[in-house]
Amino acid sequence: MEGVYGNDFGTDQQPDPDRAAPDEAAFAALLAGEGRVEPRDDMPEAYRKTLIRQIAQHAHSEIIGMQPEGNWISRAPSLRRKAILMAKVQDEAGHGLYLYAAAETLGVDRADLVDQLHSGRQKYSSIFNYPTLTWADVGAIGWLVDGAAITNQVPLCRCSYGPYARAMVRVCKEESFHQRQGFEILYTLSHGTPEQKAMAQDAVNRYWWPSLMMFGPPDDDSPNSARSMAWGIKRFSNDDLRQRFVDMTVPQSEALGLGLPDPEIRWNDERGHYDYGEIDFTELFEVIKGNGPCNAERMAHKRRAYDEGAWVRTAAEAYAAKRARATESVA
Amino acid sequence: MSTRRDWPLWEVFVRARRGLSHVHAGSLHAPDAEMALRNARDLYTRRGEGVSIWVVKASDIEASTPDERDPFFDPAADKIYRHPTFYDVPEGVQHL
Ligand SMILES: [Fe+2]
Ligand SMILES: [Fe+2]
Repeated sequence: MEGVYGNDFGTDQQPDPDRAAPDEAAFAALLAGEGRVEPRDDMPEAYRKTLIRQIAQHAHSEIIGMQPEGNWISRAPSLRRKAILMAKVQDEAGHGLYLYAAAETLGVDRADLVDQLHSGRQKYSSIFNYPTLTWADVGAIGWLVDGAAITNQVPLCRCSYGPYARAMVRVCKEESFHQRQGFEILYTLSHGTPEQKAMAQDAVNRYWWPSLMMFGPPDDDSPNSARSMAWGIKRFSNDDLRQRFVDMTVPQSEALGLGLPDPEIRWNDERGHYDYGEIDFTELFEVIKGNGPCNAERMAHKRRAYDEGAWVRTAAEAYAAKRARATESVA
Repeated sequence: MSTRRDWPLWEVFVRARRGLSHVHAGSLHAPDAEMALRNARDLYTRRGEGVSIWVVKASDIEASTPDERDPFFDPAADKIYRHPTFYDVPEGVQHL
């Protein structure tokens, strides 16, 4: 399974037997030459289905991902922090929209994808099913969750599917401020009062392991990874990306003056990487199954926001129709 | 099938600064052209990426098909004399 923003282990889609088989050899040759696949190209049905599922899940994650941080906009400790947080959450909405647009180039409707999210048939990243208990959590999300997302997303800028890769280029440009603002929040708290520092440490303790799980299951338990790699959708394995994230993050935690909740983290001279402890994936599976702390709340809020906005969409449509009629009658 | 119809799809073209062409930035859904422009501003120019935006209904775009990609562009393939490198220039001749 792909370890993207939404790394969850959805069931694999079966190829559609009604679709004419494309020229597999030509497709393989295109990928072998690092060529890019564009929307109306012939492509294997399984490639198209995999992309739709992955991009949709990624889009849903950006949209649901607004909730944990959105909870703190009205309670941000200063006007500066509030303005920054609003800009960040607005960016995430934008990321969701870029991604829905990319998915639509594969012949699906955004409305259908949103329906599938609302009915639970498509998933979003489990990381957003954890609560934001304190202001420091906003810092931990920016630093760790956006940091892990960036690690996943940078290689996707070279994804074989053009529209997805282009959306990722835009997303990655915008992400760098997300991670920095989170780091800055934690740095400020860590250099504040003992209580503030303890709050920062607590947030890091709670978000560290879930952030590592964002990269998906270990490589030997990730049956579809090889195929995604062959297709040029995925460029590095889950464990490689996870290691890259750990290697970047450990020195940053030292700069923050905060510990990481894993006694096994230490530099391994032989490997040239940081070692880290074993991840308890049973927790991740529980959260994916719907038993995380906030699964029900996130979905209820999403559906409510959607339903409460219905009148705006209807009004805008009615206005557009009225204007179109007026223009017609003039012409 | 979806329980509702989505707003029409618009393609967005952004001019990054004066002196450059509009370039395709992406697409979005909007009920009409005016809303499409406003949404495009919020979606594609949050960091001053543009000084001008075009929106075009996706359904109004006519495109060459990927199937005929090769035959359609064939006429250009064998006219290498359209490129300056086709011509022999005697040694020492400059500014040509
Ligand atoms: Fe994002
Ligand atoms: Fe982000």
